[in-house]
Amino acid sequence: MNIGSLISALPGAIAQGLIWGVMAIGVYLTYKVLDIADLTVDGTMATGGAVCVMMLLNGANLWVAMLCAVLAGMVAGLVTGIFHTAMGIPAILAGILTQLSLYSVNLAIMGFKANQGINFRTTHILISSRNVKVIGVENPIFIMIIITALLIAVLYWFFGREIGAALRATGSNERMARAQGINVNIAKIIGLMISNGIVALSSALYAQYQGAVDVNMGRGGIVIGLAAVIISTVVFGKVFHNFALKLMGVSLGAVIYYIVIQIVLWLGLNTNLLKLLSALVVAVFLAIPYWKGRLAKGAKNA
Amino acid sequence: MLDLTDIRKTFNPNSINQKVALDGVTLHLDDGDFVTMIGGNGAGKSSLLNAIAGVWPVDTGKIVIDGTDVTGLSEHKRAPWLGRVFQDPIMGTAATMQIIENLALAKRRGQKRGLRPGVTKAEKDEYRELLATLGLGLEDRLTEKVGLLSGGQRQALTLLMATLNKPKLLLLDEHTAALDPRTAQKVLTLSDQIVSENKLMTMMVTHNMKDAIRYGNRLIMMNAGRIILDIKGDAKKNLTVRDLMDEFAKASGEELATDRTLLS
Repeated sequence: MNIGSLISALPGAIAQGLIWGVMAIGVYLTYKVLDIADLTVDGTMATGGAVCVMMLLNGANLWVAMLCAVLAGMVAGLVTGIFHTAMGIPAILAGILTQLSLYSVNLAIMGFKANQGINFRTTHILISSRNVKVIGVENPIFIMIIITALLIAVLYWFFGREIGAALRATGSNERMARAQGINVNIAKIIGLMISNGIVALSSALYAQYQGAVDVNMGRGGIVIGLAAVIISTVVFGKVFHNFALKLMGVSLGAVIYYIVIQIVLWLGLNTNLLKLLSALVVAVFLAIPYWKGRLAKGAKNA
Repeated sequence: MLDLTDIRKTFNPNSINQKVALDGVTLHLDDGDFVTMIGGNGAGKSSLLNAIAGVWPVDTGKIVIDGTDVTGLSEHKRAPWLGRVFQDPIMGTAATMQIIENLALAKRRGQKRGLRPGVTKAEKDEYRELLATLGLGLEDRLTEKVGLLSGGQRQALTLLMATLNKPKLLLLDEHTAALDPRTAQKVLTLSDQIVSENKLMTMMVTHNMKDAIRYGNRLIMMNAGRIILDIKGDAKKNLTVRDLMDEFAKASGEELATDRTLLS
């Protein structure tokens, strides 16, 4: 248990946290703003990387590849949205169906291989884990902070517009939204598309960072996303009220999550048990508001 | 103008829970008509408002608002014609959004929503003045979340939102039933004031017979999904609660004359 080894692992944890923070912002939009738990993201978190890596391998321009990755994610969100609104399937199940089908789709994109690597020597990429301790503009932490800031700025602008307000109203009170002439089905579809587009962006960045895409890359992604959202609510909930600050809090929540994971690993936890730990931690934090509510009720009745 | 022709709606047809909610309702309202609606629980009053608003499609019949046949239109597409206030104060507003954002959403009812600002600077001043007319101090709380308001404040805000873009038809569905008597009276007075100032065609469901007599120029009584009484003009002005109870007994059969819900 050498503290030096933990400290040397921290930059990597922060970079990973920032990349997954982008994903968590996508989860925040569906889970908190639209009030939908969208499980599509477990699939989309591999789709974006798959599209990006395969296009890069075929010689596409980096920015075109990343744009296509985002578009692919938006299509996944569109499919879930149609399952949910036009076909009346409950949102959670709609997400699970898309997620499952994405496993096949992702494999197909990747030429029916479980993983695909990029050669960083011959391919121009935006961020790489090799630069995580480099002091300079190629450092992934630096690049991710800029990307996150830009993303938050765009989202802040969008949700202050008429359509953005309609999306928020739909998540807040569907019946009221309909009475105000808002097509709540369209609003949900737009929200799911934006969310999954963002998740796919995160996926494309993560694949570059790792230098490879794996078909299982997104497994349990929703739990990490929720963990980040919950951590941000617990840590920053009382301080951050502004929408942009809340999104920043979610990104920081993901960073905290990865630092905690790094510490747990440093303490000697078997890597294979990580998902179990993550799931239990999220379960407990999801339960806290419920328990608080029951306590408050009990106090009232007493 | 509102024209309802033979509206019928049965919930859960061919099942043990089958319930005929509307059993052939035909009704014509002129612009500026303010109709109060009474009847026992399950008489079809709220169902009729929901049918007009398009909450669910009707089985048969035709709904024409201001010359447009809206029978086949979904709920959000009918919104441009309608202002609605619900029984539950929570239903009419978005709790997690600011007072001013709620008003701005209502302002855009019936308009295409694009990438223009959700709330403009000019609107802010407009809403501040408008809220001041309520006398509830809301004009100083523009950016507060609606979830922090009391039931009465939320209902007053919903009323303001429903009438912000003058609707062709205002639907008030027992909108004071969940409020304490004093607040209920305040909201009711406010409703009457807004309706008469704007000469809004209005349908107001109420459980209170005195209110049904006091407000509006027309009174409709429903029972078992049908309109059983329709009183207008001078005849309505001279109505008493006693008259209503007698009329109810006559129209619906004696066994219903002591319907407790009607008296409450």
